[in-house]
Amino acid sequence: MNGSFVPSGAEMLRFLPEIVLTLCATLIMILEPLTKEHNKGLLARISLAGLLVALWAAAVAHANSGPAFQEMLFVDGFATFFRILVIVVGLLTVLASQAYLRREQADSGEYYALVLFSIAGQCVMVTANELIMIFIGLEISSISSYVLAGYLRDDKRNNEAALKYFLLGSFATAFLLYGIAWIYGATGTTNLTEIRRVLANRDIAPSIGLIGTSAALMFVGFAFKVSAAPFQVWAPDVYQGAPAPVSAFLSAGPKAAAFAIFLRVFMTAFEPVAAEWQPVIWASALATMVIGNFAALVQDNVKRLLAYSSIAHAGYVMVAVTTHSQIGTAAAMFYLAAYAFMNVGAFAVVTHFARRGEKYVGTKDMAGLAVRQPVTAALLTVFLLSLIGVPLTGGFFGKFYVFKAALDANLVWLTVLGLLNSAVAAYYYLRIIVIMYFEEPGESVSGLPPLAPGVEAVLWGSAAATLVLGIYPSLILDFAGRSAALVR
Amino acid sequence: MNLLDLVLALPLSGFILVLALPRRNENLTRIVTLVLSLGVFALSMGLTIPFFTKGNGNWFVTDVPWIKNPEIRYHVALDGLSLWLVILATLLTPISVLISWKYIASRVKEFYAFLLLLEFGLIGVFVALDLFLFYVFWEVCLVPMYFLIGIWGHERRIYAAVKFFLYTMAGSVLMLAAIIYLYIKAGTFDYVNIVDLIERGRLVFTPEEQLALFLAFFFAFAIKVPLFPFHTWLPDAHVEAPTAGSVMLASVMLKMGTYGILRFCLPLFPQASRECAPWIVTLAIIGIIYGALVAMVQPNMKKLVAYSSVSHLGFVVLGIFSFNQNGLDGAVYQMLSHGISTGALFMLVGYLYERTHSLEIKDYGGVATPAPVLSAVFLITTLASIGLPTLNNFVGEYLVLQGSAQVNFTWTVLAAIGVILSACYMLWLYQRAFLGEAAESLKEHMHDIKPREFVAALPLLILMVWMGSYTKTFLPPISAANSRILEQSKTGIEVRVEQRGPRRVALSEDRP
Repeated sequence: MNGSFVPSGAEMLRFLPEIVLTLCATLIMILEPLTKEHNKGLLARISLAGLLVALWAAAVAHANSGPAFQEMLFVDGFATFFRILVIVVGLLTVLASQAYLRREQADSGEYYALVLFSIAGQCVMVTANELIMIFIGLEISSISSYVLAGYLRDDKRNNEAALKYFLLGSFATAFLLYGIAWIYGATGTTNLTEIRRVLANRDIAPSIGLIGTSAALMFVGFAFKVSAAPFQVWAPDVYQGAPAPVSAFLSAGPKAAAFAIFLRVFMTAFEPVAAEWQPVIWASALATMVIGNFAALVQDNVKRLLAYSSIAHAGYVMVAVTTHSQIGTAAAMFYLAAYAFMNVGAFAVVTHFARRGEKYVGTKDMAGLAVRQPVTAALLTVFLLSLIGVPLTGGFFGKFYVFKAALDANLVWLTVLGLLNSAVAAYYYLRIIVIMYFEEPGESVSGLPPLAPGVEAVLWGSAAATLVLGIYPSLILDFAGRSAALVR
Repeated sequence: MNLLDLVLALPLSGFILVLALPRRNENLTRIVTLVLSLGVFALSMGLTIPFFTKGNGNWFVTDVPWIKNPEIRYHVALDGLSLWLVILATLLTPISVLISWKYIASRVKEFYAFLLLLEFGLIGVFVALDLFLFYVFWEVCLVPMYFLIGIWGHERRIYAAVKFFLYTMAGSVLMLAAIIYLYIKAGTFDYVNIVDLIERGRLVFTPEEQLALFLAFFFAFAIKVPLFPFHTWLPDAHVEAPTAGSVMLASVMLKMGTYGILRFCLPLFPQASRECAPWIVTLAIIGIIYGALVAMVQPNMKKLVAYSSVSHLGFVVLGIFSFNQNGLDGAVYQMLSHGISTGALFMLVGYLYERTHSLEIKDYGGVATPAPVLSAVFLITTLASIGLPTLNNFVGEYLVLQGSAQVNFTWTVLAAIGVILSACYMLWLYQRAFLGEAAESLKEHMHDIKPREFVAALPLLILMVWMGSYTKTFLPPISAANSRILEQSKTGIEVRVEQRGPRRVALSEDRP
């Protein structure tokens, strides 16, 4: 190892977003007991300010790209892309949460601190160029997420969600850790670049059985985190049980970060043996799409429906992973960004609509929303059309780039089956539109309060982002394309 | 920004403008939409000028980059094939506004907004020359029509709307896959470039590739046409849609499918088109006869007209897959004629429904006594629809039959049966609904056509006669565009004798 153990100034700059987020979260924890009950909005504002500073810090870090801390972290375009994505998801989550928490009388600082810690963990994940750092980041992110999923501790469903998420999540991380141990034993390093070098060198590469086992074990861990089949079963229960804004967060932020490490590990460390793992991912991608879409067809709870839809969308991103090409990586990046906006937007509507105790989360309860609150219904329609993949929305270009990458890689059958899947998906998203627009208003929309300012900001912001990505995808795609060449 | 861009941009800005209007003032919404759509129509008349002054070709070309990677361009242009379809869309939009004036009483603002969005999408489909852009417009049409059926339709509207959406979506995702595949092979989405590459032999597909791509495109178009056996969404959608929805669907939207076949399937995949032609023609002929027979036994007027569309569009497909000038010209002429006369039929059935709130034929009878003018208008439309000489449908059907006879006379005979059957079901409908003794209850509600309703019907009546008796106005640009498509679709195929043979129908002798 070169250099001294004291990190240089530039290295600290590359780590700035994590520092900002951690400091801000700690500050909130300190201020929490000092703020009065009616003044908790201050803490939300501090967390928003912290996230904005972190955004700026991510830009600063990008301007000083390079390795940090003995090459344990590496700030490249890929890392910056995902850092910004998870921070923006954090911003949207905090904005959407405040009214919800106040309604549930649970507006307190811990919530915001946990969100910030989780994002800090995700930032570490996406910058990590080394397996132990990936593991640490994943744990910081996951443990905060477990707590968030059960944040309303008097609520039975919250408890169930948190417990399930925690138990299964711990198992999955154990698999991942075991996989890391295997690969360390086989190659003598945990640095992704080094692993790649060893695996690419025929003379010193360990046997394919050894590599295969470690890759499979790590795949289990990653597949769990991105809710890819056959490790997706936790997602519907957790998304349904967790508080709505937390579900929004879980389905966008941690998922994007998990895909980032998935891509980074399989595109760098295990790239030399791509031919071996590609069939596995191929099957997983197809199964994920099919299970997600077909299960979503029969759901009558909006949160559960969106959970299955998020599984299906994970399947589309898995198609991009299957290509193991640079275009595929860029497509996955674009998809995750577009997906984050449309999905957080859709969940934000649920946040607004659910009312106290999440009383109204059935699909039937949306009946007549278009009559009572046409703007809310129209914005939700934008998100749903984007989830279907109708042109001029971000979701369309996401699918387009993913399947273009797949055809480029000659995955014709996966493309055709994936596209047919997306036609099936149209049915259940349309059903929500049908209920909102075509059915007479019921009791559930009569007492609907106006949109809270925070939620309104999230809705308009996400809808604008969804449409902008649908009309000028180049804004993000060019950056994604440039950053898709990972450090090797 | 040329005239075509303006024609395309106005409905879109109208969509946004109408959404921004105050919800309370419904009449303002109606008037604004009417003025806007009339403005678009007036502008679109200007599109014909170069075709008559300078001759045929691609006019009003705009080709600017939209997305850099992959390179997607906003490339639109107008040729003789697109010209009349665009005008059909711009003409029927103000007519739809007029006929919905009283009929649509709830959520007026959204209705007119969706109508304008639909117009935008339809015009776009007919002028896009970038495959990707075409797909975008294709899908954009889907959303407003889905809402038009789903919100303002009849009892089973939700079922019909969802069925419509899913059928079309299933077809178009495969087309998307084919478009991406083409892009990967050709390196461009630009239709003109791709055709050029194919013509110069720089882009060659293996027969299997060509067949798969052709089928992916064709499947999407066949659902839209709709070709038997993919037609089952159509009767549902038509019966449940509000009048304006049916009119736009039948008159313009179905033409997206046949337009797509002509514009994309033939020039891009000439060999596969020819190989599949016998099968497709068989389906088209089954559609012609089956549609007519089913129409005959319908107790519901709207369903009857819907099945007659299946029959009429079978002619269009038959004409296209005859691969000769007459067949293609007839197909396009039939597309336009069907737009005019079936649009008018749906409109008139809508008028009847507004008076009695029934679509069942048995609830009518003797309408001619209380409503003579309405009945006369209906009669002219009926005659046009069954292909009476000097009215529009005759020209199209005749040219199609002539074209198909050049290839295979059996086809002609079978298709001609459809013409006879169409006379049966339409005249029988007219007899049952309009002639005989009017029931007392019917007389009470059945007032004659109102001035607003007549104004909406008049342009269609004029066109029926005009298109039927003076083809010179419409046919030359169409023929020119078609002969280019025929040229392109001969690439790599030896020219058959019958395409060079003695020909030219008397009707089109007087073309320049």
